[in-house]
Amino acid sequence: MTTDLDQLRTDLLAAIDAAAGLDALDAVRVHALGKQGCVTVLLKTLGAMSPEERQAAGPRIHGLREAVTSAIAERKTRMEQAVLDARLAAERIDLTLPVDLPPPGNVHPVAQVMDELAEIFADLGFAVATGPEIEDDWHNFTALNIPETHPARAMHDTFYVERIGTSTAGAAQAATDDGGSAAGASERMVLRTHTSPVQIRAMLAAGGDKPVRIIAPGRTYRSDSDATHTPMFHQVEGLVIDRGITMGHLKWTLETFLKAFFERDDIVLRLRPSYFPFTEPSAEVDVGYTIQNGKRVIGGSDGWMEVLGSGMVHRKVIAAGGYDPDVWQGFAFGCGIDRLAMLKYGMDDLRAFFDGDLRWLRHYGFGALDVPTLSGGVGA
Amino acid sequence: MKFTLSWLKQHLDTDASVDTVADTLTRIGLEVEGVANPGAALADFRVARVLTAERHPEADKLQVLSVDAGDGPMQVVCGAPNARAGLVGVFGPPGAYVPGADITLKVAAIRGVESRGMMCSARELQIGEGHEGIIELPADAPVGTPYPDYAGLNDPVFDISVTPNRQDCMGVRGIARDLAAAGLGTLKPLAAAYHMSNVDPVPGDGGGPDVATLDPDGCSAFYAQAVSGVTNGEGSWWIARQLKAIGQKPISALVDITNFVSIDLGRPLHVYDRAKLSGTLVARKAHPGEQVLALNGKTYALDDTMTVIADDREVHDIGGIMGGEHSGVSDTTTDVLIECAYFDPENIARTGQKLLLTSDARTRFERGVDPAFLDQGLSIATQLVVELCGGTPSGITRAGAPPATKHVILYDPHLCDTLGGLHVPPEQQARILLSLGFTMGAIDHADAYSDALFATVERPWPVTVPSWRRDVEGAPDLVEEVIRIAGLDKVPAVPLPRVPGVARPTATPEQKLERVVRRTAAARGLSEAVTWSFIAEDQAAAFGGGVWTLTNPISEELKVMRPSLLPGLLAAAERNAKRGATTIRLFEIGRRYLGDGEHPALGVVLAGEARGRDWQAGKAQSFDAFDAKAEALALLAAAGAPVANLQVMGEAGEEWHPGQSGTLRLGPKTVLARFGVLHPGVLKAFDLSGAVAAVEIYLDALPAKRASGFMRAAYTPPALQPVTRDFAFLVPAELAAGDLVRAVKGADKTAIVDTRLFDRFVKDEQTSLAIEVTLQPGAKSFTDEALKAIADKVVAAAAKLGATLRG
Repeated sequence: MTTDLDQLRTDLLAAIDAAAGLDALDAVRVHALGKQGCVTVLLKTLGAMSPEERQAAGPRIHGLREAVTSAIAERKTRMEQAVLDARLAAERIDLTLPVDLPPPGNVHPVAQVMDELAEIFADLGFAVATGPEIEDDWHNFTALNIPETHPARAMHDTFYVERIGTSTAGAAQAATDDGGSAAGASERMVLRTHTSPVQIRAMLAAGGDKPVRIIAPGRTYRSDSDATHTPMFHQVEGLVIDRGITMGHLKWTLETFLKAFFERDDIVLRLRPSYFPFTEPSAEVDVGYTIQNGKRVIGGSDGWMEVLGSGMVHRKVIAAGGYDPDVWQGFAFGCGIDRLAMLKYGMDDLRAFFDGDLRWLRHYGFGALDVPTLSGGVGA
Repeated sequence: MKFTLSWLKQHLDTDASVDTVADTLTRIGLEVEGVANPGAALADFRVARVLTAERHPEADKLQVLSVDAGDGPMQVVCGAPNARAGLVGVFGPPGAYVPGADITLKVAAIRGVESRGMMCSARELQIGEGHEGIIELPADAPVGTPYPDYAGLNDPVFDISVTPNRQDCMGVRGIARDLAAAGLGTLKPLAAAYHMSNVDPVPGDGGGPDVATLDPDGCSAFYAQAVSGVTNGEGSWWIARQLKAIGQKPISALVDITNFVSIDLGRPLHVYDRAKLSGTLVARKAHPGEQVLALNGKTYALDDTMTVIADDREVHDIGGIMGGEHSGVSDTTTDVLIECAYFDPENIARTGQKLLLTSDARTRFERGVDPAFLDQGLSIATQLVVELCGGTPSGITRAGAPPATKHVILYDPHLCDTLGGLHVPPEQQARILLSLGFTMGAIDHADAYSDALFATVERPWPVTVPSWRRDVEGAPDLVEEVIRIAGLDKVPAVPLPRVPGVARPTATPEQKLERVVRRTAAARGLSEAVTWSFIAEDQAAAFGGGVWTLTNPISEELKVMRPSLLPGLLAAAERNAKRGATTIRLFEIGRRYLGDGEHPALGVVLAGEARGRDWQAGKAQSFDAFDAKAEALALLAAAGAPVANLQVMGEAGEEWHPGQSGTLRLGPKTVLARFGVLHPGVLKAFDLSGAVAAVEIYLDALPAKRASGFMRAAYTPPALQPVTRDFAFLVPAELAAGDLVRAVKGADKTAIVDTRLFDRFVKDEQTSLAIEVTLQPGAKSFTDEALKAIADKVVAAAAKLGATLRG
């Protein structure tokens, strides 16, 4: 019996190994483990045995059954794996073939810098204010202490606008609906030459009795076109009106802004006395630079470049904004946004800002998710 | 404003270096734009004497000179007719660069004779026009001396930018005064600067010339003095050199005197040839239609707001701006009338603006010349004329009177701290103000007073503004004066106090909307352009018409404020196409300028290939109206618009393809966007070919988000799964698919949560539309009866539009 069992085991395992496919394997299974299978038959003989015989034969027959069962399972797994392997091998593709990427989109540097400014100044408590670009003479000039015959007007190369087919007076009426109370209906309309009229609008909106802290970025226009001037450009205005504000606060604010903007601690400012009709005292602000690889880099003080104009808000301007100049003081500054972008990111041609050249936009533009934040940085 | 160092030193006693002067000027608000030394370019040239001059053996018109430039005889070939033995001129040795000829000299053989350098003409050295011969210097000119030293060319020229408030610094003396206040030396008395014993009015002989002012508003004072028997020759060599150094052409003694005084003292004058005048010379308003031929050779038409100087016959001067050609002085002039007048600054500015005429005189008068300086100005002019041209002065006529100037500001020196943010000791403030010409009661100069005395002056100080500082109006101006001299750079930075309370958002909803659509557009593969706000008139007309036009545009291309963002983007697309871009996806966020104001908008232009040719999809595809629709809806969704409720309607406008464009509306009236393919006629005008899709979204038409705080409405996801049912309809050809989908969705508003058109085909002139309807069960699953009821409602709703369920 022992030799019979050993022989049977050998035969069955050989048959399992030799099975050519799943069907053949199943035939071996039925032959061994089916209802009439040879191993099943052997198991049935156990019932008729004496306890001593059963004790001797039982483990050996059960052992045979387990060995055959597991050999079949293992063989089946191997066969299935081989089939799958064959199928997958047939499904091989060339993954070096190209795929379509989403087209590259960009945010314009001017918009990016405006977002950076909003972020930096939000931290200092400044809101962002806006005003019309087709502006009346009063807001653009008169309220800013630039009367009609003021020589400073000659510095402004103003574009004048009128409504097509109607009288100038009617045009002015329509456009000053949301304008200042002091604007007369007969005002001449201009394209704002600076963002400074937003100072007046912000003060009038604030009502003359509470502090004001705003920046006002936006489009500005001057009748000027050469290698370094475009008839349209961008400025940002800053205005603080409060009690007890001095030029010291102005200097700190500009230092803090420029340090944050350029993310450098070695920003050196040089304030130079200057003249703007709407500030008194007035100061031009130069920023120190160093030459690195033949390019001017902000920081240090090897040389100076003019970046903004500023000063303490003129008493007449404070009054035009509806504030009492004996109580309220403040400072204002104005700065070219395009120029800030050029200094920070290294563009050298202002005219390219307004050309819409996709190659330029992709090179100098910013990714959609490069959102300036204080924690993540205001440069990208 | 230009001047030389030697000119400055006529007024300022100083030994400060050029660099110190330049740095100080910038520091006190007189920004130096450049310092040039004209002598540097001619440093190699030397004074030389011609020892011998002999005929060139091979050329009639050439001579062979032996020249001594300080180190022995040198052979030079020269073609100048005036070259002769004994002449002293200017020699350039080999290696010297000749600016007027743009050559660098070298030893050369000229017609076989060696020449070691060159004797130069004035034009060759760019120091004058003369080119008929070589320069002839006085016989005693020191041979061997560098020519720039001899000619006084080593005299740095400062070019400073004077801000419009500083009329006083439109004269060299004013600049000297500022520098003296800044500690750079001492301001010389005015008479000493002119080497005159005094600058009091010159009494002269007899009565004054016949002048009057009939226009007290435009010309409040007309002072005049005549000088008879003058000779209008070359005048002062020194004055001519100074004028030349700053780029002005010396003309004649009389003209040079007026130009010099104008630049030196900021006091414009005019000199008339009396022989060309007839009767009384009056300041009056011009008569309408009157004309004048000005000194610049142009004729100006005048109107009755303009002040002129005229005699019985004609206008001789656009008052305070430019003299007339007919009465100007010439070589033969013997009797002159010197005008020293006060013209109203505002009137000058208006006249100058109207005539588009600028001049040194206008620049000074419109900023406001010193009204207390008429007598002294006239005295200096008269004395200079007599000194340089001879003649006998007449008495003085003073017609009218200049405006009174006394202006006292009450000034508390503490304002320097509270406004300027800089502490300057009061006694230092007082010294600064006094040195700039301000006075404090009886104290009119700094030197004689001790610090202790200043401390006793009662505050606020009564500070009298000098007559030449029309710009100083109030106490803040005095703070500026003090700080700019004390050093604006010394102002310490003081942190701006933090706004009390927790930080809150500073951006408005409009600003946040702009940011989100901008970054969504960029994320969708669109590149942001910034294009001009002004466009050509015909481009504006094609897009609804511009409302605002520039009266002084830079060009016809930049003339009308844009009524739409699309023309600018189309022009940019065209430029990109010309550069070879195959796919152009541009957007812009900016304003449209309409009759009722400025409206923020977002424009998108899609041109070229939507999808390039591809190994999977085959041929390239161009953009179509559905690409535009996809962008429009994606951007509107990002903007928070209820895109599911928007209706696609027609009437996008004539600039669009009539069958492939539409509007997206919220309700029948509110147009949120236009989209589609643009009209081929419009594209042709922009030189664009192929289909171009576009979108314009009207950001201010979007419904404002309601502020509802942070808390969201309560929500629990439904427990039961949604089920879907498909419906296929045969529909009339003219039925819009969107209408059918909308009708189906509305068939059962509780159960139907979504509808999606997933198939469409046209067969036998019948359109078939298949719609997947998603049904969301509530607390209990749908029964078969309920599903049947919903299906019946769907079919009934579709039937109202003429759609029948496909069998």
